[in-house]
Amino acid sequence: MASGKVTFRQERCKGCSLCVSVCPAKIIFLDESTTNIKGYHPATVTEMDRCIGCANCARICPDSIITVERN
Amino acid sequence: MAIVYQKSKGLTDVELHYCPGCTHGIVHKLVAETLEELDVLGNTIGVAPVGCSVFAYKYFNCDMHEAAHGRAPAVATGIKRVLPEHIVFTYQGDGDLAAIGTAEIVHAAMRGEKFTTIFINNAIYGMTGGQMAPTTLVGQRATTAPLGRDREHYGSPIRMSEMLATIDGAAYIERVTVTTPANIIKAKRAIKKAFQLQIAGKGFTMIEVLSTCPTNWGLTPVEALEWLNNNMVPAFPLGVFRDITAEEAK
Repeated sequence: MASGKVTFRQERCKGCSLCVSVCPAKIIFLDESTTNIKGYHPATVTEMDRCIGCANCARICPDSIITVERN
Repeated sequence: MAIVYQKSKGLTDVELHYCPGCTHGIVHKLVAETLEELDVLGNTIGVAPVGCSVFAYKYFNCDMHEAAHGRAPAVATGIKRVLPEHIVFTYQGDGDLAAIGTAEIVHAAMRGEKFTTIFINNAIYGMTGGQMAPTTLVGQRATTAPLGRDREHYGSPIRMSEMLATIDGAAYIERVTVTTPANIIKAKRAIKKAFQLQIAGKGFTMIEVLSTCPTNWGLTPVEALEWLNNNMVPAFPLGVFRDITAEEAK
């Protein structure tokens, strides 16, 4: 399976969770250990090795803060 | 690793003011990506409406114009007629297009004006705080219909795509939504087709996008997508309502 990598521009995340809801690998979560300048818990991924690079998250992100790379 | 998805060059770097999870941002991206792919960003003029997307002129990386409430089609008509080689689009919500601006959109379609309208239908007035719109569903609650829209009193929601599809000047009318990645891809295909038909000079084109308003619906962004699927899609069926190219091919 293809491997992917996502990067979030976290200072612009509004914590809407749409990316969380469409991730087939279910690896995106809102990082409650931190708060961005807008006051939201930003979306993040820690198990990046499970990312398949499908770009579902980036496609649905209303604020265009996600970049996806794939092998 | 190769980049497979990144922010479109069709958008400026200005932060969107929309509420968390508002689908305006998704539709902005689709329009921006389409203009980028068609390589017409330097040749496009958009017309922003009044409503939540009033600041759209700050977000699209092309020339933009603001219009009075509901009058974007009139402004776009002027721009397109003076600069016929340019790509012109309006971006309007349901309060703008289906209420105060109904006359303008109907007559722009009737005249077969060769611009594209992106119509965001979220069944409510967003910016002003969740009042009932002409597109509000029967039974749907709004600040001005606290018990839900009563058909006897306020009628039923207006279906703009179906109505405009009866007009000869319209070249392409489709209703899409952006509730899933698959639907987002379909919506982009529709938007691209509309712009391509505009470039081909076929006539008026409009893509209606069923959208959410999590804040005024009182739902989380994810719940709002589900509510849209379960309630709005049955009332506003998805599909192509007019396609002049399909008729020409017959």
